Amino acid sequence: MTYIIKGNTTDWELVIGLEVHCQIISNSKVFSGASATFGAEQNTHVSFIDAAFPGMLPVVNEKCIEQCFKTGLGLNAVINKYSRFDRKNYFYADLPQGYQISQLYHPIVGEGYIEVTTSEGTRKIGVERLHLEQDAGKSIHDMHPSKSFIDLNRAGVGLMEIVSKPDMHSPEEAGEYLRQLRAIVRALGTCDGNMDEGSMRCDVNISVRPVGSTELRQRVEVKNVNSVRFVMQAIEIEANRQIELYEAGQTFTQETRLFDSVNMETRPMRSKENANDYRYFPDPDLLPVILTDEYIENIKNNLPELPAAKKKRYIEELGLTPYDASVLIADKETALYFETASQNQDPKKVANWIMGDLFGYLNKTNKNITESPVSAQNLGALVGLINDGTISGKIAKEVFEIMIETGKEPSIIVEEKGLKQVSDTGAIEAMIAEILSNNQDKVAEIKAGKDKLKGWFVGQIMKASQGKVNPALANQLLDKKLAE
Amino acid sequence: MTTNLVDLHISEALKLLDKKEISSVELTKAHLAEMEKARFLNAYITETPEIALEQAQLSDKKRASGEKIGRLEGIPIANKDLYCTKGIKTTAASKILSNFIPPYESTVTQNLKDAGTVMLGKVNTDQFAMGGSTMTSYFGVTKNPWTDENGEYNLVPGGSSGGSAAAVSAGLCMGATGSDTGGSIRQPASFCGITGIKPTYGRCSRYGIVAFSSSLDQAGPMARSVEDCALLLREMAGHDPKDSTVVNTPVPDYTAALTGDIKGKKIGIPKEYRSNDLNPEIAAAWDKGIELLKNAGAEIVEISLPHTKYALPVYYIIACAEASSNLARYDGVRYTTRVDGSSLDEMYENTRTDGFGPEVVRRILLGTFVLSAGFYDAYYTRAQRVRRLIYNDFITAFESVDAILAPAAPSTALSYEAMQNMSPVDTYLGDVFTTPASLAGVPSLALPITIAKNGLPIGLQVIGKHFDENTVFKVSGVLESLAGFDKKPHHVKG
Amino acid sequence: MSFNETTIKNISKLARLHFPAEQEEKFTKDINSILNWVEELKEVNVDNIEPLVSVSMQEPQFRKDEVTTGELQNELMANAPESAHGFYVVPKMVE
Repeated sequence: MTYIIKGNTTDWELVIGLEVHCQIISNSKVFSGASATFGAEQNTHVSFIDAAFPGMLPVVNEKCIEQCFKTGLGLNAVINKYSRFDRKNYFYADLPQGYQISQLYHPIVGEGYIEVTTSEGTRKIGVERLHLEQDAGKSIHDMHPSKSFIDLNRAGVGLMEIVSKPDMHSPEEAGEYLRQLRAIVRALGTCDGNMDEGSMRCDVNISVRPVGSTELRQRVEVKNVNSVRFVMQAIEIEANRQIELYEAGQTFTQETRLFDSVNMETRPMRSKENANDYRYFPDPDLLPVILTDEYIENIKNNLPELPAAKKKRYIEELGLTPYDASVLIADKETALYFETASQNQDPKKVANWIMGDLFGYLNKTNKNITESPVSAQNLGALVGLINDGTISGKIAKEVFEIMIETGKEPSIIVEEKGLKQVSDTGAIEAMIAEILSNNQDKVAEIKAGKDKLKGWFVGQIMKASQGKVNPALANQLLDKKLAE
Repeated sequence: MTTNLVDLHISEALKLLDKKEISSVELTKAHLAEMEKARFLNAYITETPEIALEQAQLSDKKRASGEKIGRLEGIPIANKDLYCTKGIKTTAASKILSNFIPPYESTVTQNLKDAGTVMLGKVNTDQFAMGGSTMTSYFGVTKNPWTDENGEYNLVPGGSSGGSAAAVSAGLCMGATGSDTGGSIRQPASFCGITGIKPTYGRCSRYGIVAFSSSLDQAGPMARSVEDCALLLREMAGHDPKDSTVVNTPVPDYTAALTGDIKGKKIGIPKEYRSNDLNPEIAAAWDKGIELLKNAGAEIVEISLPHTKYALPVYYIIACAEASSNLARYDGVRYTTRVDGSSLDEMYENTRTDGFGPEVVRRILLGTFVLSAGFYDAYYTRAQRVRRLIYNDFITAFESVDAILAPAAPSTALSYEAMQNMSPVDTYLGDVFTTPASLAGVPSLALPITIAKNGLPIGLQVIGKHFDENTVFKVSGVLESLAGFDKKPHHVKG
Repeated sequence: MSFNETTIKNISKLARLHFPAEQEEKFTKDINSILNWVEELKEVNVDNIEPLVSVSMQEPQFRKDEVTTGELQNELMANAPESAHGFYVVPKMVE
């Protein structure tokens, strides 16, 4: 641990834990048959169960159980064959039942870990638990001066709450944990991981302590920090705020604060003044969830490759650098693109093209890899054309630009534009002979030992052929001619 | 036809309907007329005569045309106002739901509709089924159709299904739905001299029934005979994908169990129910029941249910805890009455304080307290542990007996005055014989056995094993025919 | 006594209820008498006894992941004390 904040009195280290809420990918909500999709007209994706009408009862969606279970496997975690639902009781306008169905006493997933690589090396960050619960609705405060408007479309959508251990000690580590977690849920298809749309939300628990101490001091929960960057910023800002207070001889109470990314500060949440007594108790409307060995085996056997395993394979079998591997596995789509493109092609070269030219273009145009005009097959084919000597690397850049514009296959572009490398040695030899005879003085200099001039001749050859001559071949033939 | 149509049992009416000697419209009209005469009993919160007649006409048409008909085709019934009925006001006898019109139908009432029944209206109950007298109803108390020794209608019908019991007893419907959380079918059945069964927990769907205590609430029928209860329960019960706690096993034809043969059946008599302060007349009625079963060839076995005395406190802790959470949804936002406030919390407080009656408030407060930080283990978890001991008592007892016979209530129907002067705890003691079976989830049927000196009926309950309603019906059927209880309430005698 | 004038205030706040003082007093008295009465549970030995959460004998059952309902905006709003543009409307909330 080398992340330290130097204070006036002492050096401080950070203790960070994350609670991440992931909206589960499913067709319908966790306890009702209303649609779980995002973006519908207000209160149209709402059943009488979601609106907590009298006598309505929850029934568990099997898909949500499966998604939690899969994610648990992705977190290398203990799967609890017996889990149960509890009610968390509190009043809020976007919580129609007056309680949230969650899992306090017997969560579906127990302890696990996520392997996180930072500039300080690779560490396992502990996961405390993953439990299944229902999301709340949305309150809209800006439609009326004295009223709030309630939309329950989101109420009852399945959520996985993934609680880390207080194992992280730097903003970088927390950021990387969150990225890895996002890669895992995306790879498994259990959550889309879109923090800006709120389908993945993060609360950060932060405390500080003097370096060398093992105590756990008062922690502060910072809510709704909605990007990896904000998480890292919020940690830094909140840690410094706490250190200033300690160094000024002040204390503070355990509280919940909000991160304000505009003013770059955390501030207390007004409505949470009184710590709530949630009166958790087992939900009598729902029976325990009991997973059989058969069920567990079946899902295990059909689990997609997890990011950690994928990364290992990219490094060990495909020879990628750890850095390249972690970039390519960051999301399912990129990994899929890479794997499609590198089929029968040199994976390292494909990786370079993806991370260089393709990402460059996508970033510039703010596009997702799934929206790339260059298909994975076509990018692979382009690398193939370089490798078999059909085109040079330089021509390939030109072809790539055209691929972006037209989406055409590279071989067709090469054909249409006549960009194929000249490999007819006779024609090249004739070209060389002509250049040599026009530049007898330089030939004499080479023969006198000025080898560097060869490069000038290769350049002339490339120029005369408009780049279509394979440079290696040009060198070889030049040597042959000069030796004659 | 010399028979008064409102005196008929369902089983009798079905035969007459089949033979086309009566029509459903006639039967329904007779009940509607009786309801009008008996308005002073305040059994109904909402009468639905137009719907009833429409359904009856349709039913008669079906019968005439030879279409496939339901097993209870044309039988007029009433529904406890705790069952959500699509398009018909459902109040749970509360102010807070006094304007609520459900956009859906409860599974049980839908099942009864599908069986061809005709709905006469929604009957009174204690508010949110909390109480044993209907005195907590926002719509006023229901009068027991049985009068006191002076011939006055000043007795409670029991509760919470007091409206159902009174309506069935007075001939204001042929049968009714009730619900039983700690005795809410059996105690009013006993007070009103009728029959009612709380089936096994998980036998009937709770979908669409306003929840009081989810781990205890169970729907059940109330009627004027054991056979009628069997007919009704067969239609009400069954698997429902909308309620996770309902079992997925077929519902038998309970009437087939009414063979009259209980030779060799072992009937348990729990010694803990016979305490020193047991009312001698209740004890005598119980002894009469034991004698009748013995005469019918049953073997009487004394059994022990050692944790019986703890059932009431366990029941009140668990039921109130669950209720405090179940009633949180009545918050003035989506379908209740609302009393405005300057903030959201103020609106909540104004709405809920105005909308709930004192007994409901008491139970919400108690339930909130026993779940609160620092008290949860001492009260709630401990109550759940003792609940397991009570449950185990029944499991052990049923290793040696087929059914259990016990009193249904510690007294005959009480007067309003007596009830009003009782402390909350005293009123809770009225559930002393019924809560153990509720906590264990076992089926229990209450039926009238005799008349006390004060002229009021006394009921007994037959308790069976989980999902063994058949034995409960079989034993009850024998008791019923041997007891020959044929007394009618004052209102019916006229 | 475990249930006093502070407790009734806290508990009624949690339950979103509020009463005038004399009613608070009455409820405090009622609840205390109920709590006294349930004290007898303390004499039961519950060592190694698992709490009983449900007596249901149904095997755990799940729903298929299918959309079976929706577009109920009118039905949802029909009973609402206040609604506008398909939203439920409440007094303004603070964050």
